[in-house]
Amino acid sequence: MKNETIRRLLGYVRPYRASLAAACAGALASVLFTLLGPVFIGRAIDCIVGPGQVDFSGVLCYLALIAACVLLAAVSQWVMSVSTRKISSRASNDMRGEAFRVLNRTPLKFIDGHSHGDLISRMVNDAELVAEGLLQGLTQLLPGVVTILGTLCVMAVLNPAIALVVVLVTPVSILFAGFVAKRTAGFFKAQSAAQGRLSGFVNEMVSGQSVVKAFNYTDRCFSDFDAICDELYDTGLKSVFYSSVTNPGTRFVNAVVYAAVGVIGALSAIGGALTVGQLSCFLTYANQYTKPFNEVTGVLTQLQTALASAERLFAVIDAETERSDAPNALAPDACAGRVTVRHVDFSYVPEVPLIEDFNLDVKPGQRVAIVGPTGCGKTTLINLLMRFYEVNAGEIAVDGNALPKLRRSALRGMYGMVLQETWLKCATVRENIAYGRPDATDEEIRAAAKAAYAHGFIKRLPQGYDTVIAPGGGNLSAGQKQLLCIARIMLCQPQMLILDEATSSIDTRTEMLVQQAFERLMQGRTSFVVAHRLSTIETADRILVMDAGHIIEQGTHAELLAKRGFYANLYESQFAVE
Amino acid sequence: MKALFRYFDGYRRQLVLGPVFKLTEAVLELFVPLLMADIIDVGVKNGDAGYVVRHGLFMLGLGAVGLACALTCQYFAAVCAQGFGRSLRRDLFRRVFGLSQAQFGAAGADSLITRLTSDANQVQTGVNMFIRLAIRAPFLTIGSVVMAFTINAKIALIFLASTPLIVLVLYLVMSRSLPYYTDIQRGQDAIARLAGENLEGARVIRAFSRQDAEISQFGETGDALSELTIRVGRLSALLNPITSVIANLAIVGIVWWGAHLAQAGGIAQGQVIAMVNYMTQTLLALIVLANLIVTFTKAIASAKRVSEILALENAMPEPERSAPAQENAPRIAFDGVRFVYPDAGDAAVEDITFSLEPGQTLGVIGGTGCGKSTLVRLLTREYDVTGGAVRVDGVDVRAYTAHDLRAKFGVVPQAARLFSGTVRSNLTLGAPDASDETLWDALETAQGADFVRSKPGGLDMPVEEGGKNLSGGQKQRLTIARALAKRPEILVLDDSASALDYATDAALRRALRARTARMAVVMISQRASTIKNADRILVLDDGRQCGFGTHDELLQSCGVYREICRSQGLAKEGTGA
Repeated sequence: MKNETIRRLLGYVRPYRASLAAACAGALASVLFTLLGPVFIGRAIDCIVGPGQVDFSGVLCYLALIAACVLLAAVSQWVMSVSTRKISSRASNDMRGEAFRVLNRTPLKFIDGHSHGDLISRMVNDAELVAEGLLQGLTQLLPGVVTILGTLCVMAVLNPAIALVVVLVTPVSILFAGFVAKRTAGFFKAQSAAQGRLSGFVNEMVSGQSVVKAFNYTDRCFSDFDAICDELYDTGLKSVFYSSVTNPGTRFVNAVVYAAVGVIGALSAIGGALTVGQLSCFLTYANQYTKPFNEVTGVLTQLQTALASAERLFAVIDAETERSDAPNALAPDACAGRVTVRHVDFSYVPEVPLIEDFNLDVKPGQRVAIVGPTGCGKTTLINLLMRFYEVNAGEIAVDGNALPKLRRSALRGMYGMVLQETWLKCATVRENIAYGRPDATDEEIRAAAKAAYAHGFIKRLPQGYDTVIAPGGGNLSAGQKQLLCIARIMLCQPQMLILDEATSSIDTRTEMLVQQAFERLMQGRTSFVVAHRLSTIETADRILVMDAGHIIEQGTHAELLAKRGFYANLYESQFAVE
Repeated sequence: MKALFRYFDGYRRQLVLGPVFKLTEAVLELFVPLLMADIIDVGVKNGDAGYVVRHGLFMLGLGAVGLACALTCQYFAAVCAQGFGRSLRRDLFRRVFGLSQAQFGAAGADSLITRLTSDANQVQTGVNMFIRLAIRAPFLTIGSVVMAFTINAKIALIFLASTPLIVLVLYLVMSRSLPYYTDIQRGQDAIARLAGENLEGARVIRAFSRQDAEISQFGETGDALSELTIRVGRLSALLNPITSVIANLAIVGIVWWGAHLAQAGGIAQGQVIAMVNYMTQTLLALIVLANLIVTFTKAIASAKRVSEILALENAMPEPERSAPAQENAPRIAFDGVRFVYPDAGDAAVEDITFSLEPGQTLGVIGGTGCGKSTLVRLLTREYDVTGGAVRVDGVDVRAYTAHDLRAKFGVVPQAARLFSGTVRSNLTLGAPDASDETLWDALETAQGADFVRSKPGGLDMPVEEGGKNLSGGQKQRLTIARALAKRPEILVLDDSASALDYATDAALRRALRARTARMAVVMISQRASTIKNADRILVLDDGRQCGFGTHDELLQSCGVYREICRSQGLAKEGTGA
């Protein structure tokens, strides 16, 4: 599982082989030159024996070498950093792009069935963590390991005895760090649990603050919050303190190594087995050698996190995509607007049957009203007509062509859809109206806006048609958003319509405009209307009555009233004067 | 920013002693290269093994004392930072709830939540790091220079030249790359926004077959972010190589000058090594400092955001004690009320004058944006009127304490908002001591008893955050029951039937009429059928009162009301006039 993830992750690095090669070369070179530096410094110091005994040409020669090493190390380090940044950033960007591509190809079931917040977090946070993990892994892990090995080699060559001491003592710091990490893992978990509780609580209470206040609940709310704060204090204190023990701890181990190297080195120097310069080199190494150990342990945890994030991204990338259109799928130029539904069964989950043996025949230009209490499953019908979901059995056909025989884009292009939950892009008004026909001319866009009674308010916007719509449409009223959605459809002139009448949240004047726009739109077009207004329902050619996902009655207004069933009851409680 | 210092109260000792212990450790650390120099220059030179070992042990001793000091400092830092964070969060939370609705709206819930969570954390981390590291790095840097001077003043001049140079490089690289981080953040926000937009609009995007355009837009945004990251990386990758070049060239200088001085007998070998060590130490300390700058920049930005909230004063003063209610006064009275939202030019409502007796029901109708909800906000004093007065039981709402005023109302807001917990915990929000009987009674009236009874657990059935495990209609019924459970004097239903089907809506109104004889009810709706049986109906049009009376009176006298009823199929018979 882990190996599989690593293998796939490396697959995303493959396109950047050249950068990877540069990064590796840079890492090796920079470590090599960094290791050589102390050696030459040691040699130079050995040339300074005492008063009158300084070998200036030797010093000069070694200093030149040191300078060369330093410059080369610097250049190669820069190359390494830049290349790794390139690899990590591009690879994670590729992964994110692919995940997004998949999200636009999955059946809607996937999007409806997953928390949007979670999916967004995968695209943003997880991609970021993968990039960071790759970056740290490449910049720290490789050079770290090389530094450890290189230092060991040089030390072993210079003086095996001291090298042995270093090798024996240093692991203490790793063991110590490991011990601390293991002991603190529990504290960290408790801390992040408390942190999570705090965020959840704050989120809930602050966004519901008007309710909290209105019910005089504030005091109880404060004491709950204080309790969570106390918990965070306790767990935070433990995890922060114990984890901050690592640094001084390893520093102390380093000090022990340093003193040991100093003493043993000095004793060997007295014995003549070591020069003072070599001792200085050892001292530098003693410091250098322990550093990557500490870093490597940190990087390993970061890599773990990155792998977990990569898995989450892969889960999106691996999501099932829609079966592609059949190669000979039709894309008719014209559409008459006849819709037939024969023996259709559908359910979201197999255990809960929803629509069973549903039959409907809509002739071109007819109006079908869908009525029923809120949450009765009116969107299910839209899902099936637009082939957002596939029927389980039976067949839906447009002009005699069963839906699977049509190209999805062709089928969806035949419909114009205006939902109550309006969706606009964070782009200009113009771009939004032209969303279905990006090549439309300015005149066409204006004409569509006028036909949708939207031109008036658009003109009054600060930048007219070039006004950028804020995320979520914040700078427009609900009614204005709906008018823009209608204009968007007007521009496309589809033969069939799916409309969702607003129940509320539109001011009376705009509502009148929307109503007129809807009427104009429906002329001569086959239309399916999720209806709330009496006039729409009464004039419909056919009414579908839905309840709890099922289609329970269908017929004309008069037929259904005569039946004295669910519809009649609904109609009376809704509209009759008590 | 200064306002934040008071949260150190109770932790001042740790705040001061932490750095002191850290300094002690740094001082001890500064002596190590000197000891090593003595080992070489005295011990090795004289072949005195005992001297070497004694000094070695002394170094170990210093290390051990240093460790003790460091641990003490870390502990103090943790206590101080966590304590600071706790005091800050507690106070901040209370302040957020002390804001007026206008202030709350201006700040935005999301932004306030961020300040309470991640900003507070960031500041807390900043405090912790400050105590632990901020003192250490500059002290080690300056200390190294001072120690270098004690060894040899001439060579130490190299320190005076190179250290500021390193600092300058750090400054230049950091100051140039930090602004990019804002851009990167913006890029990530754009990615998140596009992803959210795409998921939310999945149906529309597919309806228009625009997936490819969406994919390429997302791709471009991602590429731009990726290139920006690489560009910043190129800049910040300069930091380590350049500073290390400077430090190492300084070492070259030290050895070269050292060679000349040594020739004349002015310096010993070990002392040169010590100088080299001090230079390495300086570099390491400064690099740590550079990394800290990122943490501190974030902490300071967060501290500023937090301080903004602390600086807000509640704009709605309340009296110490509520004025006594007047006998025989109408339950609710609006007297020439005018209200302008902050930063808005036009009045949201104007010239509103009406009154309602106890036990009466008021229906308020009009399209969205006509000021219906504003009336509720003024009534419950979420906002203060700009002109005129709102009275409850004959007393201006501004003469009540917030607590007393709120105790009179049971509000059912437009958005059915429940809290995680159980049905019971939600229903007892305003009535902590309510009996089961009271709760069931409230549920009966709110038409919610059947569904609660049918669920496992009944009143103790768990409610997920935001009521996710309930349907819109069920949530709405619970919010209505919640308001009823506190047995308010005035029940306010702000378009609360919108998620109920018409039959339930009608049943609810019947139950309210039957069971709430003494309660005044304010019912806001867009549906004429909901309010037409109210004792009084207030018709609003674009913020103005254009009718007040009964259904029949208004059908006669109010054109707007007639139009609404006609469009909703309520008054078809002969209302063309």
